[in-house]
Amino acid sequence: MCRLIRMDHTGHSTLAEWTPDDPAAVEAAVAAFRAELDRGYLAMVSTGPGHAEHVRELPVEAELVIMRLPISGG
Amino acid sequence: MATADVLPEVAGVHWRARVDAAQLRLRGRLWTLTTIAHVVPFGGAATLLMVLQPLALPVALVCLAHAWIIPELYAQRGANVLRPRRRPADGPRGAEPEQRSVGLLGDLVGHEARELHARTGLVLEPGGLGTWLVGESGAVLLHGRRRVFCYCVKVDPRRRQAAELPSGDRIAHLLLALRSDEQGFATVANLAFAGAPWRLRRRLRKEMRPALKAARATLGSRTAHERRSPH
Repeated sequence: MCRLIRMDHTGHSTLAEWTPDDPAAVEAAVAAFRAELDRGYLAMVSTGPGHAEHVRELPVEAELVIMRLPISGG
Repeated sequence: MATADVLPEVAGVHWRARVDAAQLRLRGRLWTLTTIAHVVPFGGAATLLMVLQPLALPVALVCLAHAWIIPELYAQRGANVLRPRRRPADGPRGAEPEQRSVGLLGDLVGHEARELHARTGLVLEPGGLGTWLVGESGAVLLHGRRRVFCYCVKVDPRRRQAAELPSGDRIAHLLLALRSDEQGFATVANLAFAGAPWRLRRRLRKEMRPALKAARATLGSRTAHERRSPH
């Protein structure tokens, strides 16, 4: 089961869950993903130990997609 | 580097040179020169005063105090980047989000880093530029064994949601950004201090010092490994 989560005040919220072979669930996940991008979130996917990638489209095969806020120098 | 690999936040600081190993060396040397420029004149003035007029001892002592205090203040500024945020909502209401956020952070790092975070509140992350220690609102880079770079960087405080994030999520934000583009991360972050690790260690909270020690040990083992297998 793949998951789209957003880091927020609750720790994190699960926005969508899907399996790649379920088109309806994928469609719902894509919609949730785009809604978060519109809110200014950035999407990250772990690509192995110590590596992550910023993605602009929902990677349907990814097990975990994490939405984060932008960072800035303090 | 392909645009897709560049941290999106770098666009907000387009005038900054991208931080790489050469940039770090240059910045490190500039910080050393700055420290010397603070210490030598005051130390020299104290010496000169004592040679010319021993009765000027109090003034000479003030000069020496300046020579000591100014570098210490810089080191304190560096240590402050790892200082955890104050949490006004601490208590039962804040406990569950904290646990959830730490759980997610734990999923992102290995067992040793998880254990170190539990003890020190910092996440150790090896990178291409050196070894990082990531906190809630900043990160420290150990670049070689002789220099640390303290960066102030946090979830963009202009976002309303940023104020509500629990500590684990704050670290996870920085960790994911660091992992996706380390040089971009160092470019976006503001450098608060660069200097010798021992200067930072003295100013760090006691419970955080083992993290610095662990980071230095990692660096030592990496250097030894690189020496054994240079290719």
